[in-house]
Amino acid sequence: MISILEVRGLKKNYGDFAAVKGITFDIKEGEIFSLLGPNGAGKTTTISMLSTLYAPTSGDATIGGHSITKDPMAVKQVIGVVPQEIALYEDLTARENLLFWGQMYGLSGKSLNSRVDEVLEQIGLVDKAKNRVKTYSGGMKRRVNIGVGLLHKPRLLFMDEPTVGIDPQSRRAILDTVKDLNKQGMTVLYTTHYMEEAQELSDRVGIIDHGELIALGTQKELTLQVGETDTLILHIGEHDDPEALANSLDGVPDVLEAIATDGEVSVVAREAEEVLAAVVTKANDRGIKIRSIDIREPNLEAVFLHLTGRALRD
Amino acid sequence: MKKLFLIGIKDLKLMFRDRAALTFMLLAPFLLTIGMGFVTGRFSGGSTGISDIPVVIVNLDNNQLGNALVDLFNSEDLAELMEPTASSDPEAARQLIDSDQASAAVIIPEGFTRSIIPAEGTMFDPNAVTPEAVKIEVYANPSRPTGAGIVKAIVDEFVSRVEEGRMRGMTSIVGLMQSGLLNPQNAEAEARALFENVDQIESTVITLKTDTQGAEAVEFDLLAYFAPGMALMFLMYTVSYGGRSILAERAQGTLPRLMISPTQSVQILGGKVLGIFFMGVAQVGILILASAMFFQVKWGDAPGILALILAAVFGATGWGMLITAFAHTPAQVANTGTVVMLIFSILGGSFINLENFPPFIQTISKITPNAWGLDGFTTLALGGTLKNLTEPITALLVMGTVLFGVAVVIFNRNGLVQK
Ligand SMILES: Nc1ncnc2c1ncn2[C@@H]1O[C@H](COP(=O)(O)OP(=O)(O)OP(=O)(O)O)[C@@H](O)[C@H]1O
Ligand SMILES: [Mg+2]
Repeated sequence: MISILEVRGLKKNYGDFAAVKGITFDIKEGEIFSLLGPNGAGKTTTISMLSTLYAPTSGDATIGGHSITKDPMAVKQVIGVVPQEIALYEDLTARENLLFWGQMYGLSGKSLNSRVDEVLEQIGLVDKAKNRVKTYSGGMKRRVNIGVGLLHKPRLLFMDEPTVGIDPQSRRAILDTVKDLNKQGMTVLYTTHYMEEAQELSDRVGIIDHGELIALGTQKELTLQVGETDTLILHIGEHDDPEALANSLDGVPDVLEAIATDGEVSVVAREAEEVLAAVVTKANDRGIKIRSIDIREPNLEAVFLHLTGRALRD
Repeated sequence: MKKLFLIGIKDLKLMFRDRAALTFMLLAPFLLTIGMGFVTGRFSGGSTGISDIPVVIVNLDNNQLGNALVDLFNSEDLAELMEPTASSDPEAARQLIDSDQASAAVIIPEGFTRSIIPAEGTMFDPNAVTPEAVKIEVYANPSRPTGAGIVKAIVDEFVSRVEEGRMRGMTSIVGLMQSGLLNPQNAEAEARALFENVDQIESTVITLKTDTQGAEAVEFDLLAYFAPGMALMFLMYTVSYGGRSILAERAQGTLPRLMISPTQSVQILGGKVLGIFFMGVAQVGILILASAMFFQVKWGDAPGILALILAAVFGATGWGMLITAFAHTPAQVANTGTVVMLIFSILGGSFINLENFPPFIQTISKITPNAWGLDGFTTLALGGTLKNLTEPITALLVMGTVLFGVAVVIFNRNGLVQK
C-alpha cells in the first residue's frame, strides 16, 4: 500500500526545550493510525507541524507527495484538521461556522450549501444548526469542531484528542463517526491518551512519550513486545504504600514485574491466576488492604507501562 | 481577495452580535451626546431643539426670485425655525455675523433674478448680452454651525428648485407656482425664458463664504461639535476592539485554524484589518445617521462626509493595528485601547475646543485621528464640501498608511501565530 504521509526525523524545539525529538513514521492510505501518548508527549506539536502551522526545527514530512516545508499550500488542500482545542466562532451558529470555514477551503455557492447540509447530518446537528455555538454543550461543540475538518472531504484527516472532556454518549458518537469516515475511504491520524480509543480504532499505533516515538506497529505487534502476559492492577487503601507492596512482590515466583503507581500496584505475570494467591498473602502480611483487583489481558496500557515504567493516564 | 472580504464581513457580523461591544460603540456615544445636549441647553427650545435661528437677509435683487426667497424665510412654515431680520447693507450684515449676533447672513445680489430670467423683450434679441451669473452669498457664523447649516440648507433648497425649474422648464415652473415661489401671471413667459436659457447660465448660483475670524467667538453650538467628537472618541474604542479580535482569535484557536486552511496569511491579516475598517465605518455611519435623525445635527455635504468617514476610520484603524501589534493578549489591547481612546479624545478636542490651548498641544494633537476628523466635520458643518477637506483627508490617509507599515513590520517579525 502507498503511504499518504511520510514523516522523517521531524523535530521541534521551543527555545531550549525539545518537544518532539526527531520522529519517523509512515501512514498508509486508508488506515487509521493512532498516536498514543500521555499529556505533554508531543502529540499536538507533531500535528501542528504536519498541518503546516509550525515550521519544524529540523526534519520534514510529505503528505500526498508534497513536502510540508517546501509546499505547504499543496499540503493544506490534502489535509483536514480537527484541533484539540475547539476552534469555532461562538457567536455564529453551527451552520454559519460551517459556511465560513467551507469558504476558507474554497467552497462556494450550491456545492457549499449542500456540503454543509451533509456535514450537519453526519455530525447529527441538523436540528440545532441555527443555534449559536455558545449555547451548545461541550459534546456538541466538539462535533461542530470535527465537522469543520470534514467540509472539503480531505484525503487525510488529523484528529487531535477529539473526545477530551465530553460525555460517554458523545464520545461513542465521535468514535463511530471516525470509523464511518474511514470506511468511506478517509485516512485518519488520531491522537489520544486513551488506550481504549487507540485499541478500538487503530490499524496501527505509534506510542509517543517525551517527544519520542517509543513503539510503532499493529496492536498485535506491540502487545507481543510485552509478551503473552497478564497485568493485575491492585487498588490499595488510601494510606497504604504502593511502593512497599511492589518491592515485596518483586521476588515472588512467576511475578515478572511489579510497578507502583499512584494508589495502585501493577503486577505483570504470565498467568494472573498463578500469582493471585501469593499477591493477596503478601499484602495481608504487610497489613496492606486491597480494595479491588483488575486483571487485564495484554494491552497497549501494559505496553506503555513496560516501556516507560509509568501509567499512561495521570 | 474574496477570502479577505469574507473574513471582514464575518467580523462585522460578529460585532453586531456582541451586545457589550455595541453598547460601547453605539449606545455610549449616543447617550453622551444627549447628555451634552442637556448640559448645553440644546434641547430646551422647541421639539427639534432648534428654533428662532437669527438670520440677516439682504435683498439687493428686489425682483421676483429675490423676493420669493425673502418670502420663504418669512413664511409660516419657517416661522418657528427662523428669526429673519432685513438689512439693506451687506457690510453691516456681515458685521452682525462677525460680532456673533446672528447665525448667518443671506445676501441676494443685485440682478439675481435677471441672471436667471432675462428681461422682457431681450429673449429673442440676438444682440442682447446674457447677464453674468450672480450668486447668492450665505455668510456663515462658524461658531453656530448648526444654525448656519440650516440657513444654508434652505437657500440651497431654494436655489436647486430654481435651477430645476430652469432645467425642466414648464414642468417645474408649475411646481414653483404651487409652492408660491412664482407669480402665476408671469409663469408662461418665464417658463419659456428659463427653458431657453438652460445651457447659457453657469450652474452654480451660490457660493458659501466662511470667515475664519469668526471662529474666535465663544458660543459654539456644542451639540454639532460634540456629536462628531463622541463618534470619533468611540471610533478609537472600535478599532482597538477590532485589533483585540485578532489576538482573541489567536487565543480561541480560530486564527491558527485559518492559518492551516489554504488561505495566505496576507489575506488573513488583510481580512482582519478590513473587518476593523468595516466596523468603524458602520459605527460612525450609524452615529451620524442617528444624530441627524434624532437631534437634527446638520453634518453637511454628503460626499464630504462619506470621504471623511472613510479616511478617519482608515487613520484610526492604523492606530488599532499598531496597538495590537505591540500587545500580547487581548486584555492588553483593551487596556491600551482605553487609555489611547481617552488621551486621543481629549487631545483631539472631543471634549474641549483646543483653539484656546498652547500651540504645542495643538501640534501634538495632530497625531490623533480625532483632531483631523473633528477638523473635517467642523468644516463640513460650516458648509464646506469635499474640496475643502484635502488637508484632513490627506493627513488621515498618511497617518493610516504609516501606522499600517509599522504594524505589518512588527507582525512579520513576531509571526501571526507563534512559530
Ligand atoms: N508553544 C509552546 N512553547 C513552549 N513549550 C510548549 C509549547 N507548546 C507545547 N509545549 C511543550 O511541549 C511539550 C509537548 O506539548 P504538546 O502540546 O505537543 O503535547 P501533547 O502530547 O499534545 O499533550 P496533551 O495530551 O496535553 O495535549 C509539552 O511539554 C508542552 O509543555
Ligand atoms: Mg495535545
